[in-house]
Amino acid sequence: MRLAGGWSDPAFRAVATQAMVLALVAGIIAFLAINLIGNLEERSIRTGFGFLWQASGFEIGQSFIAYSASSTFAKALLVGLLNTLVVAILGIVLSTIVGTIVGVASLSRNPLVKPLATTYVELVRNVPLLLQLYVWYAVLTQMLPAASAAPQLLPGLYLAKSGLHFPILHSGAGLVFGALIAGAAAALAYVAWSRRRADLTGAPALLWPRAVLLLGPAIAALLFLAASTPFDVPEPTRFGFSGGGLVTPELTALLIGLSLYNSAFIAEILRAGIMSVSRSQSEAAASLGLSRAHTLRLVIMPQALKVAVPPLASQYLNLAKNTSLAIAIGYPDLMSIGNTIINQTGQAIEVIAILMAVYLTMSLSISAFMNWYNARVALVGMK
Amino acid sequence: MNNLLNNGLAAAMLLAAAAGASAPAQAGATIDAIRQRGEVVCGVSTGIGGFSIADSSGQWTGLTTDFCRAVSAAVLGDAAKEKFVPLSPQQRFTALQSGEVDMLTTVATWTLTRDASLGLLYAGVYFYDGQGFLVPKSLDLKGALDLDGASICTATGTTSELNLADYFRANGKKFTPVVFESQNEARAAFFSGRCQAFSADMSYLSSVRASDAPNPDEWVILPEMISKEPLGPVVGRNDLEWYTVAKWTLMALIEAEEKGITQANVDQMKDSQDPTIQRLLGTSGDMGEKLGLDAGWAYRAIKRGGNYGEIFERNVGPKTPLRMERNANALWTQGGQMYALPVR
Repeated sequence: MRLAGGWSDPAFRAVATQAMVLALVAGIIAFLAINLIGNLEERSIRTGFGFLWQASGFEIGQSFIAYSASSTFAKALLVGLLNTLVVAILGIVLSTIVGTIVGVASLSRNPLVKPLATTYVELVRNVPLLLQLYVWYAVLTQMLPAASAAPQLLPGLYLAKSGLHFPILHSGAGLVFGALIAGAAAALAYVAWSRRRADLTGAPALLWPRAVLLLGPAIAALLFLAASTPFDVPEPTRFGFSGGGLVTPELTALLIGLSLYNSAFIAEILRAGIMSVSRSQSEAAASLGLSRAHTLRLVIMPQALKVAVPPLASQYLNLAKNTSLAIAIGYPDLMSIGNTIINQTGQAIEVIAILMAVYLTMSLSISAFMNWYNARVALVGMK
Repeated sequence: MNNLLNNGLAAAMLLAAAAGASAPAQAGATIDAIRQRGEVVCGVSTGIGGFSIADSSGQWTGLTTDFCRAVSAAVLGDAAKEKFVPLSPQQRFTALQSGEVDMLTTVATWTLTRDASLGLLYAGVYFYDGQGFLVPKSLDLKGALDLDGASICTATGTTSELNLADYFRANGKKFTPVVFESQNEARAAFFSGRCQAFSADMSYLSSVRASDAPNPDEWVILPEMISKEPLGPVVGRNDLEWYTVAKWTLMALIEAEEKGITQANVDQMKDSQDPTIQRLLGTSGDMGEKLGLDAGWAYRAIKRGGNYGEIFERNVGPKTPLRMERNANALWTQGGQMYALPVR
């Protein structure tokens, strides 16, 4: 770079303007931060993150880890995060399944299936999600029977306004989890082995051994535990049930609402992806003698996914962030618990900073995974 | 990722700092600003019948809004005007801290944490409230401890979650909280049968039973009050003169009830020979001047909406749909806790 050129040198000009903009932005941020700290001090508002280690003092309706009112605020946030993650992960899986079915159905030539799918998409994606959540929650709480009149569907299985109560195992979660991991490892090993075999002999990889290897050990562990340890069965009490596992109507309504709403968008994304593949591709596949299933799996899908995955990623991000609507229908997600903590401690700036950091991390993780997946399907498509 | 994170934090700071920058900084500035503006801006809770609720024409009525009017009359004189800003529980303290409102006349409980660490001050208590339970009469509950094992609907943004946990833990009982963002949703879920009890401040439960219950007689409020919820006006900590005016307006309304000064007779009372009444109504002494106001401050406050007792009876008393007795809110001379500090 010739510095002698000064402003007439485009390279120097580019660097200099960027440096100036950067300095300006840094200056504004520093000014605002100093202003903020000054304002907080002047108004004697307490600051800092020390409150996280104090006892929270409030109960949470649903928790996957041991939690009570004497646990810390930090643990309360963790409970909220887990509740959010459960809804986000289940929601992504469910909406993808429903979305795929509807997306494929909307391309069907069947005169009944196609308009049905189109109607579903238009109806679901054109009504605000919050409204749908209210509707699902109202439907569930209004229609389910009161706890005192709850029918026993199966031994130990009750459905009431308080949710679905079911028997759970007292212990052995570790064993089942271990078996699940072992099964996953075995399934992966089978995939690698069958690929090598396919390269050598042409024998195709089969689907069923993977399913058996993946789930077999976990099911065996569950059966073993069911036979050897007692169940924790929900017992009817004056107001409902004690003991056992519980799926609350809040969780169910949130999950149904989020999944259906997003499935409509996913269906459209997949439809767009499939439509983007030229018709001559399937004609060529047919002339090669490929079956319709093979054509879809080997020819259409790899090319369709290339188009569909990037918008699919933003749909997943949408779903993950929309879990924060949970508070409207009483589900104790991260946002709901963050709100409670702000109210108990008054430290809004700190809690909101934590919430933003957590949601950002969650979204960026989903983003990173989808980018990785996109790179993978893109490569497959180019082969 | 780090960059994004930093940007997010910076954005939060930007918002908070921008909000803070517009606030008055000097002592006494609030009253000057109010006089210049010609109106007092009060933050109020939304939709709580008897305390602060807007009618179909947008007119705010209620005990807390009437207090705002009294302060406004004391400061601004005959041309007094008020602007009511409806605030959610999450917004209210931030709105006060940032100077968006001059005073909160909400149903926010006075607690140590709020008084000491949020940069604000409670100027007194205009309603002694407490958290209770609304339950269906059909459950035939004798008291709150019968709720062992029940699901209880409540709303966040209040101290109710904390009180519930404390009360049940102290008595060795269990409950499942179902926490909603708004009282409306918590109330709807309760009436749909999702919970066996609805927990909120007694004042609010009375209001709900009066105006939202399908049939008010099928619901009962349990006798237990599981918390102390003193509700009062809140002002910023950075202006002690304004704080003093709010505090003593409340004292004046209570003192007026004690001395029998009402909206109707306040003009005759100006001729009273009682030195306390003379000092209060400004016919002798310089009480108003000491507050930075004029002599007629308390006269106008009483003239505007009556004394404390009148405000109570008109908005929440036994003859209103809320059917609330004075109880703790009676004068100290009648077994209650309303006690005016001496105006002298």
